[in-house]
Amino acid sequence: MYQVRFHGRGGQGVVTAAELLSVAAFMDGKHAQAFPSFGSERMGAPVAAFCRIHDQPIRIREPVATPDALIVQDSSLVRNADLLAGLDHTQLVLVNTRLTMDELKAEHLKKQVGLQKIILLPATEIALEIVKRNVPNVIMLSAFCAITGLISFETLTKAVQTKFSGKIAEANILAAEKAWKLVEGLGASRMEKPEWEVVHA
Amino acid sequence: MLKQIEGSHAVAETIALCRPEVISCYPITPQTHIVEGLSAMVKSGKLAPCEYMTVESEFAALSALIGASAMGARTYTATSSQGLLFMAEALWNASGLGLPIVMTDGNRAIGGPINIWNDHSDTMAMRDCGWIQLYAESNQEAVDLHIQAFKLAEEISMPVMVCVDGFILTHAYERVDIPTQQQVDDFLPAYEPRQLLDPDDPISIGAMVGPEAYMEVRYLLHNRHLQALDVIPRISDEFENKFGRKHGGLVRTYRTQDADTIVVALGSVNGTIQDSVDDLRDAGHKIGSMSICSFRPFPLKAIRTALQHAQRVIVVEKNLAPGLGGILASNIRMALRGIAKPVTTVICGLGGRAIMKKSMSECLVKGHQDQLEDLSFIDMNWPAIERELEREKTTRRSGPMAENLMYAVSQDVMPEPVS
Amino acid sequence: MSEQIKFYQTGTFTVGNRLLDEARRTVQSMVTRTNSLNSGHRACQGCGEALGARYAVDAAVAVTNGQMAVVNATGCLEVFSTPYPQSSWQVPWLHSLFGNAPAVASGMAAAAKVKGKNIRIVAQGGDGATVDIGFGCLSGMFERNDDVLYICYDNEAYMNTGVQRSGSTPARATTATTQGVGPEPGNRFGIGKNVPRIAMAHGIPYVATASVADLRDLERKVVRAMSFHGARYLHIHVPCPLGWGSDPADTIRIARLAVECGLFPLFEAESGKVTGRRKIRRRVPVDEYLKLQKRFANLFGAKGDAVALSRIQQTADENIATYGLDDAEELTGVLRI
Repeated sequence: MYQVRFHGRGGQGVVTAAELLSVAAFMDGKHAQAFPSFGSERMGAPVAAFCRIHDQPIRIREPVATPDALIVQDSSLVRNADLLAGLDHTQLVLVNTRLTMDELKAEHLKKQVGLQKIILLPATEIALEIVKRNVPNVIMLSAFCAITGLISFETLTKAVQTKFSGKIAEANILAAEKAWKLVEGLGASRMEKPEWEVVHA
Repeated sequence: MLKQIEGSHAVAETIALCRPEVISCYPITPQTHIVEGLSAMVKSGKLAPCEYMTVESEFAALSALIGASAMGARTYTATSSQGLLFMAEALWNASGLGLPIVMTDGNRAIGGPINIWNDHSDTMAMRDCGWIQLYAESNQEAVDLHIQAFKLAEEISMPVMVCVDGFILTHAYERVDIPTQQQVDDFLPAYEPRQLLDPDDPISIGAMVGPEAYMEVRYLLHNRHLQALDVIPRISDEFENKFGRKHGGLVRTYRTQDADTIVVALGSVNGTIQDSVDDLRDAGHKIGSMSICSFRPFPLKAIRTALQHAQRVIVVEKNLAPGLGGILASNIRMALRGIAKPVTTVICGLGGRAIMKKSMSECLVKGHQDQLEDLSFIDMNWPAIERELEREKTTRRSGPMAENLMYAVSQDVMPEPVS
Repeated sequence: MSEQIKFYQTGTFTVGNRLLDEARRTVQSMVTRTNSLNSGHRACQGCGEALGARYAVDAAVAVTNGQMAVVNATGCLEVFSTPYPQSSWQVPWLHSLFGNAPAVASGMAAAAKVKGKNIRIVAQGGDGATVDIGFGCLSGMFERNDDVLYICYDNEAYMNTGVQRSGSTPARATTATTQGVGPEPGNRFGIGKNVPRIAMAHGIPYVATASVADLRDLERKVVRAMSFHGARYLHIHVPCPLGWGSDPADTIRIARLAVECGLFPLFEAESGKVTGRRKIRRRVPVDEYLKLQKRFANLFGAKGDAVALSRIQQTADENIATYGLDDAEELTGVLRI
């Protein structure tokens, strides 16, 4: 079973990201489960969402306590206690930021996970440039899929098209493509590949 | 057709396939996505003929369906928590009049203090209102139970509520197989009422019944529940034949054959429990679990049969009856009357507190080793409680309990590390 | 006959007279009348509600050719009309709860619509069920403009449970919960609801007040109401000899005095605007109405209260002014169908 935990703030599409990942995994013939952490929802409040992917039906319902991957859509959360919990098995932390590692001031994160597992990506900037809105979720997801090899770009595109339509879908896919190309090379070199094998439908 | 969708949308699509004629809606978290989904289907004409009523309260929502059902329409609504309580009078009225209304309850805790997250206190509070109560373990089962519910309700002329864990199931995206319209039509015939407000054959429904007959009328209602004990498994079998899935029925066991300890629960927590059972079996413990689908009628015989060979029973509940402890456990003990075996209550997940497999497994091992109290709690913050009790001892004007506790808890949270 | 008959001269009975055109006769004079509320019910002698309900529902049955169904709130009418093991209703009739009759009716109307059946829905209840506990549901039914005629039989208190104050109880009326003792005996001034005006504020197609003092007018209003589709409201004043402490033989007389002194104005409204009113033909002071009822005894006699009495008179005067009920020029209440 592969477990992803998403962090961000209300309004950034964190929950949608988790759902999209689950839809993509489903399209690849996997069992997938996605749900939000159910805090009080308002724009700007910290939000977490979870996604599990597995070959077998998923019975467990608890929040993801020990994620294999962490996707952080808002870098102001890198010192947040909930975000830093349970990272012993985490193989990848993807953070949306245009800052460098030093500027980010994520000492606790570095200590927990190790520098080589943290990848920084200016997803907001890409979003503003191509989608013209500050919604970095699809971009982050695309980078995640590219690095882990979990979901193909084609499947991701199909999944995005179930949630978005018209110009928004097109723009998101373009942005996703840019992010994919940016991180494509980083997969094998920067970290150990997770055990998961991607199965195409 | 296989879909990866949110639980509430799966339920909405399924309800539409059952061809309800009158739907009433009053919003309350976390069921609202269900009625919203249905509203879109009615408005677009996808679900027709159907009258969709946006009413002024849950009391009105169920009352409207009482009227509509008495006029011969197939009816549906959904609610949770406070809404279920607000329609309490109408719940008893609907079952007392024998109207086959189907309703989803997105299980949510009852306030005060107000809490929008999942537990079973709402449907537990209404367990004796006369409605059939079925609990879904997964979103697929939620889908399947609603189809079965209409058939069951109309066959025995009793209202049925399908209990679906709020947020945990309603807001979770998972794989669901939504049947086709043809499949549902083949399974669910048109509604033929036992009683009808018909100008060509006028009757009075709902007159007062005095001491001369009230007992008999109530027994007849109870008798319908007893009938349901046979009808529910039969419909579940029919469903399996037509749709290929074994969902519904009275109870479902998991690895209980040679189990010394059996864990019993309602709803989605069974998934986590089954994972725990697998881990504990791997570690050599002879443990199994039972999921109860039909809580009302309470299947005394089926439960007794399933549990009778175990040495002990651990009942996991998402509801705390003040001054008593476990309701499900009490009902289970009734089923085991005459067979002496310890039945302990474990309360967890109140107000949406996450039920972690690790904590569950630790608790079940303790129970398996007879180290659990009659009533215990998983992941309870005892220091916070002790602090509050101390406070109350020393100050009369100690303030509202809930606010004090939240303040105490917020102080315990790891402060953000300074960079 | 084309001549206008002044029925106030001859009394309500003559509205069935065989010398009248059939079209102008009351439903009650027809051999084919339904007696939708049949004899044998257990109402008190002189019950205004039983009288009003029979006339109202019979009129509804006549005008819909029987294609109608009734939902009744808990209360006197429901209880005395269906004493176990009997029912005196000859129409499809449903009793659910105290506070939900308007909502149940809305559901019935939805079901009739979805099934393509032209069955008209009538909901009825006392003032307690309508003005208080069912008020939320009533307002909901109004704002959705559900196709229901709601009839409120107003005897100004919770009678079936032993005469307790409701939102419709008038000032200085003694009830079990507003007892006739202390410096301000009976129900206080300055409280209570005017549901007909609240109904009008919802802008529904038809609102009317009626009284058992003028049964033909009551019938006419039911018929008029049924000519509309959407939410309609009829508020009928029905004296209760037991609760009001009046002589059962005086029920209709007291109802007439309530109209004639101005305390119960008779009017009709469509879409929020008054379209007609029943002018008072012979105005009387409120005393004549109040003194026939023991519930107002606290206003008279040795412990009488002239100030309170004049306040009640003022209420009557204001009603008359508001609705223009006291116009000596124009003749009152000529009944036209």
